[in-house]
Amino acid sequence: MTKSKERKDRDITFSEPLFRSPFYDFFAEQETEGHWYNWNGYKSPTILSDEELEYFSIRSTCSVFDISPLNKYRIIGPQAEDFLNKLTVRDVAKQNVATVKYTLWCDQEGFVIDDGTLFRISDNDFRLCSQEKHLPWLIDTSHGFDVEIIDESKHICGISLQGPTSAAILRLLGVNRIDNLKPFHLIQAKISNYPIMISRTGFTGDLGYEIFMKNNAANEIIEKIWAAGKNHGLTAIGYNALNMARIEAGFIVANIDFISSDHAIRSNRCRRPDDLGLGWLVDLDKGFFNGKKAIVNSELENGKAFKIYALEIDGKEPVEGSIIYYNKKDEVGTVTSAVWSPMAKKSIAIAQLKLGSSKSIMENLWVEIYSLKELQYYKLMKKVSIVKPPFINLARRSSCPPVNF
Amino acid sequence: MEKNFDVIVIGSGHNGLVNACYLQKAGLNVLVLEKNDWIGGATVSRELHPGILYSNCSYVCSLFRPEIMRDLELPKHGLQIVAIEGGAVFTRDGDYLASYRNYQAKKRELERFSVKDSESYSRYSRDILKQCRFIQPLLMRTAPDPASFKFRDLSEMLYLLRKVNDLTASELADTVRFWTMSISDFLDEYFENEVIKASLAVSGIIGTALGPMSPGTAYVLLHHYMGEVDGSIGAWGYARGGMGAISKALTSSFRAMGGTLLNNSEVEKVDIKGARVRGVILKNGDEYLAKNVVSNADVKRTFLKLADPEHLPPNFIKKVNNFKIRGSSGKVNIALDSMPKFLGVSESNPCLKGDIHFTDSIERMERAYDDWKMGTWSRDPFLDMMIPTLTDPTMAPPGKHFMSCFVQYCPPKVGGKNWTKENKDAFGETVIQQIADYSPGFKDKILHMEVRTPKELEEEVGLTEGNIFQGELTFDQLLFNRPIPGYAQYRSPIKGLYMCGSSTHPGGGVMGAPGRNAAVEILKDLDLPNSDIRDAYEVL
Repeated sequence: MTKSKERKDRDITFSEPLFRSPFYDFFAEQETEGHWYNWNGYKSPTILSDEELEYFSIRSTCSVFDISPLNKYRIIGPQAEDFLNKLTVRDVAKQNVATVKYTLWCDQEGFVIDDGTLFRISDNDFRLCSQEKHLPWLIDTSHGFDVEIIDESKHICGISLQGPTSAAILRLLGVNRIDNLKPFHLIQAKISNYPIMISRTGFTGDLGYEIFMKNNAANEIIEKIWAAGKNHGLTAIGYNALNMARIEAGFIVANIDFISSDHAIRSNRCRRPDDLGLGWLVDLDKGFFNGKKAIVNSELENGKAFKIYALEIDGKEPVEGSIIYYNKKDEVGTVTSAVWSPMAKKSIAIAQLKLGSSKSIMENLWVEIYSLKELQYYKLMKKVSIVKPPFINLARRSSCPPVNF
Repeated sequence: MEKNFDVIVIGSGHNGLVNACYLQKAGLNVLVLEKNDWIGGATVSRELHPGILYSNCSYVCSLFRPEIMRDLELPKHGLQIVAIEGGAVFTRDGDYLASYRNYQAKKRELERFSVKDSESYSRYSRDILKQCRFIQPLLMRTAPDPASFKFRDLSEMLYLLRKVNDLTASELADTVRFWTMSISDFLDEYFENEVIKASLAVSGIIGTALGPMSPGTAYVLLHHYMGEVDGSIGAWGYARGGMGAISKALTSSFRAMGGTLLNNSEVEKVDIKGARVRGVILKNGDEYLAKNVVSNADVKRTFLKLADPEHLPPNFIKKVNNFKIRGSSGKVNIALDSMPKFLGVSESNPCLKGDIHFTDSIERMERAYDDWKMGTWSRDPFLDMMIPTLTDPTMAPPGKHFMSCFVQYCPPKVGGKNWTKENKDAFGETVIQQIADYSPGFKDKILHMEVRTPKELEEEVGLTEGNIFQGELTFDQLLFNRPIPGYAQYRSPIKGLYMCGSSTHPGGGVMGAPGRNAAVEILKDLDLPNSDIRDAYEVL
């Protein structure tokens, strides 16, 4: 390499600080609005053309979203299962080959570091996908295990096809086994001779699939999918549309709905699985895992911590970031995510609230909204009810074989 | 000329000026006496080459408290602090590790050296920020005297204990370790790559007569991180117009309030009669009277030179004698005919606007420290080099540059003997050669050069042994132990004699907090209101 070439290659760190996914050119071509954001170090679209229309493609036709910025860790070796049992809170021994499980992992104090999906590719071969980066934590936890941890994040890319016509599009591409693919299961397939891994997973609460491949397959595969989706309403989407769908589905996001203990500067921001409504994931019957002792002990502190709740709010004003009050005067928490749900026709929200266990508090909750209308704020107090997530429940999400639209 | 004042401040360093401003603002008649014909002490900018302004001593600003700038209306008096981009460590294999303000660019650059370390950097910054949040509120408060039963001492102790009590068990353990461990050990807990560790270790040794492997250096790193520029903690900035712009703005504010500042007025003695202060006597024989004298000089200079020992308790003198204030650094300031080129880096790379280092391993830093222990300057020194004129258009004509090189290690004496001219030239040459190794043709661009060893820092600025912090920032010399146990509240054994320099809590760096805190105590003793001194901004 010549000296000047070498210099130029190094310049990319400041001239182009955000990485570009292998699908960047495809999405950039669809994009008319110029709204990009930094997702885990990648330049990713928030809106490509129209947020609402992109959302409706998820619920009515099919959307394609770039999930390449997710962190992907490959975990291989005779003790991969043992290692993952120490790392995560679920019992990995109970997870069958060719399935995917939603899981989470904690630090030694039982505080949640992140959640993610664990793909069991074979007995001794896993892929862990997560929103945040965890290589140092994985390596620290792997001490003493016969296991190899490979950060595949920059070598494996992925897209998510979500929506009622997603199965039909994959069928058109010759993925015949798609009809037998149950939710949270995965298959290995090929498109244009490129090996791909398809799982029936997603972040929308709808029928949908996630497809992972090597970077070199990206161009060919997105072209094929785009062509196959032509008559099925396939629409490229940005994060905002996906975010609407994920709130409807009641999914939480690290560092949006809760602060990862890896990021928390104020120790009282850390949360245990139960605080996130995810206590059901924790398997206390298995052996030692990170944070187990603290989680067991914390069951005694019930009612003291902030917990995540799903809320429905009277009226139609947006409530993102609003403060929730008991009896219209005592602050009990903050809304972390909120949206008007076009499917449920309701204002819905996810919030962290400190309520204790008294029923009467739960029935007297209010949200303070500052509604901006032409440079003037209207201060509103709206009634809040606690509900059980998800906010919408679609039969097509889980039916197998998938219903035809 | 008036000879009677309410307060006399010895020295026009930034802390002396901050102190004088606050006291003048409170209605006192204040006189500042400066021995040199320039102002600012170590916060100074002088034009040593025609058209080129130097930052002769201190060279960057982040610690200077925003509350003080606001109280004393320094922006109105011309002070501007601008944020700096970048920084880099050049490596011996022709590469460099840059640092950028853009977080993603910084992480991406770290990934070139280690993906794992790039990820660990988030946890590292979180932990540093946690420690900064713990310590920052202590800067603008007088440290309590733990042996006293006075109400304010008890309540300050309680404040400290509450802060400690707010920590979780593991946070408390981390904090205690952080305050005592070496920067090298601390970085080993996060990072594996030598270059990355070397780039981060710098802040643990600057201004300190310790090596990166010496216990206590992790705290020094914190001291450099807890500053801010416009609320962005850990960021660094330049004072537009050089560091002297800070003392210039302070002087302007002071004079606007009616204060008196005299140059070329070196104080020979503090005049003490019957265990209380009467005024000062200058080298030229002039006398000025005041019931209160505040020394901006370091604790050794104040109590071993300016005040007669006959007025001081022997155990106090002994503690002052043993106060650690070892000189460890020098400075080489250079006027350049044009911008030097550096091997392996594009001219457009913004990292050049920040601090540049050429020491790519902690091992090399430690070996540089070994030379200092043997009583000589480092043969392979550690440089913190900056070219402020890439950011500040006021310091040099377009195309010409001022380069500031902080150099460590550099002892106050060479092999136990005073510095000679030959030594000084050889020291300067060592520094120039290190830069030239990475920047061919560098030597030809030099228009003028100012070499400052601890000897010059002591003789010209007045810093004992040339220690830039007026005493080392190790745990044994912090909080209620700074400078001397029992005398950490800016008062001295002599009634009316106060200290306001960096020898006092919370220590060195161009922070202004010692000067401000001392003013609070003096006003308290004089039963005057201190409503014009705002409390520290909250750290939420």
